[in-house]
Amino acid sequence: MFENLEFAPFILSFKLAGITTAILFTLSLPLAWWLSQSKSKIKSFIEAVTALPIVLPPSVLGFYILWALSHNSPIGAFFDEIFGIKLVFNFTGLVVASCFYSLPFMVQPLQGGFESLNKNMLEASYISGKSRLKTLLRVALPNIKPALLSAIIITFAHTVGEFGVVLMVGGSIPGETKVASVAIYEMVEIMDYTSAHIYSAIMVSISFLVLLSVYIFNKRYVKKVGL
Amino acid sequence: MIHIDIQKMLHGSSGQMLLGVDLKIKQGDFVALAGRSGSGKTTLLRILAGLESASGEIKVGDEIWQDKLTCKSVQKRGIGFVFQDYALFANMSVIENLLFVQKDKALAKHLLELTELEELQDRLPSTLSGGQQQRVSLCRALMNRPKILLMDEPLSALDPFMRAKLQQEILILHKEFQTTTIMVSHDPSEMYRLANRVVVLENGKIIQDGSAKDVLLKTSGSQKFSFEGEILDIKKIDVIYVAIISIGQQIVEVVVSENEAKNLHVEQIVRVGTKAFAPTISSR
Repeated sequence: MFENLEFAPFILSFKLAGITTAILFTLSLPLAWWLSQSKSKIKSFIEAVTALPIVLPPSVLGFYILWALSHNSPIGAFFDEIFGIKLVFNFTGLVVASCFYSLPFMVQPLQGGFESLNKNMLEASYISGKSRLKTLLRVALPNIKPALLSAIIITFAHTVGEFGVVLMVGGSIPGETKVASVAIYEMVEIMDYTSAHIYSAIMVSISFLVLLSVYIFNKRYVKKVGL
Repeated sequence: MIHIDIQKMLHGSSGQMLLGVDLKIKQGDFVALAGRSGSGKTTLLRILAGLESASGEIKVGDEIWQDKLTCKSVQKRGIGFVFQDYALFANMSVIENLLFVQKDKALAKHLLELTELEELQDRLPSTLSGGQQQRVSLCRALMNRPKILLMDEPLSALDPFMRAKLQQEILILHKEFQTTTIMVSHDPSEMYRLANRVVVLENGKIIQDGSAKDVLLKTSGSQKFSFEGEILDIKKIDVIYVAIISIGQQIVEVVVSENEAKNLHVEQIVRVGTKAFAPTISSR
């Protein structure tokens, strides 16, 4: 029963999730740090915008991203004309779309982690002459390991699990944009239930193992540091 | 000489309050900052440290830390600060906490020896007792060899025995490092033991400023001693009145006349003093 099984959709899913997570981590770290420390008036506005992907239907998000990245919008036209990069119905477009889709799942745990830190501890670092950057890297980050791990894993898992946005922005091009969730959808459509079962079981197992390891790590960490 | 002349509006639990302090402190002094909670003590300390903004001027020696145009950043003030909740870097061992501030192994070792912490130098803060953590915090505050050491109720979370021990260590470190030290405290015996000057704040203003003895001794005139307490109850027994007063951890009965009783009420804060006998002191 395994002879017809294609692993390309899984590899594509994980590749997409890995790249998205790496990009989002780099972008979200300064954003989450700023949000956690800021008393600015526009903070609530930024928070609301970053949380939008949680509440919006993937089709709405997908539609806007599709429109923004296509030739019909200045953004899509700009990338195509200047860099020669097409952003829809290919892997690059999927990465861009996933970054929007999974943004809150990276920003929110990081922000929560930073906010839970003892403010005096950060101030002690400033008082001893350390810059904000050094305080972030040497004091804040090492003390939010559980939040850090949660943010990375949840973002990764959430990107693996995305469906609607991927389908709208990427379509279903084998080896390019046909990720595991889209592949399962197509199997069900052509009534290939055996393959759909296998694919789905693999997704469930991997997701469960990933989440289980996060919870086990966090429990041990809390015990060790005594938070 | 430190000259602080600052104003700041505070939004406390009892509405708005103007913190307005004009204070000159001599180099090498040990100043205790006293007053009820919400009187602005901690804010004053934080403004001096550069952790909070205020209008006005701060001058330390010949350096201007703050005036109308400039405000020296917290990083550049080079002070030492001890927080009430220790605020140690939880991810670093004791020695790493010290070395993070300044890579001066000899100084770190010396400080840990003075505070009897050498044995614990590789432990994480979470595995230490409160007293040990506060000593680490004290050592860490001195790693930059600060000219000014600020302490915000450093010992209030510790038991009396540990408090007395740490008071001694604070005094030793204050003298050895020749810091100008400002400490927020609620404990009169602590202030008396450590400080050569006590400043009392109330509602954001200085209401008392003097030597520890002048400010803290509550007797007046020919009183032998006097204590502040709260009236818990006033009872009439035959023709006399007895006021039950809570003083510190003790409850005492004081006979009062009918006229006096009329002017007193339950929950009133009063001063109980006596003149006409020599107190006896007996050991427990």
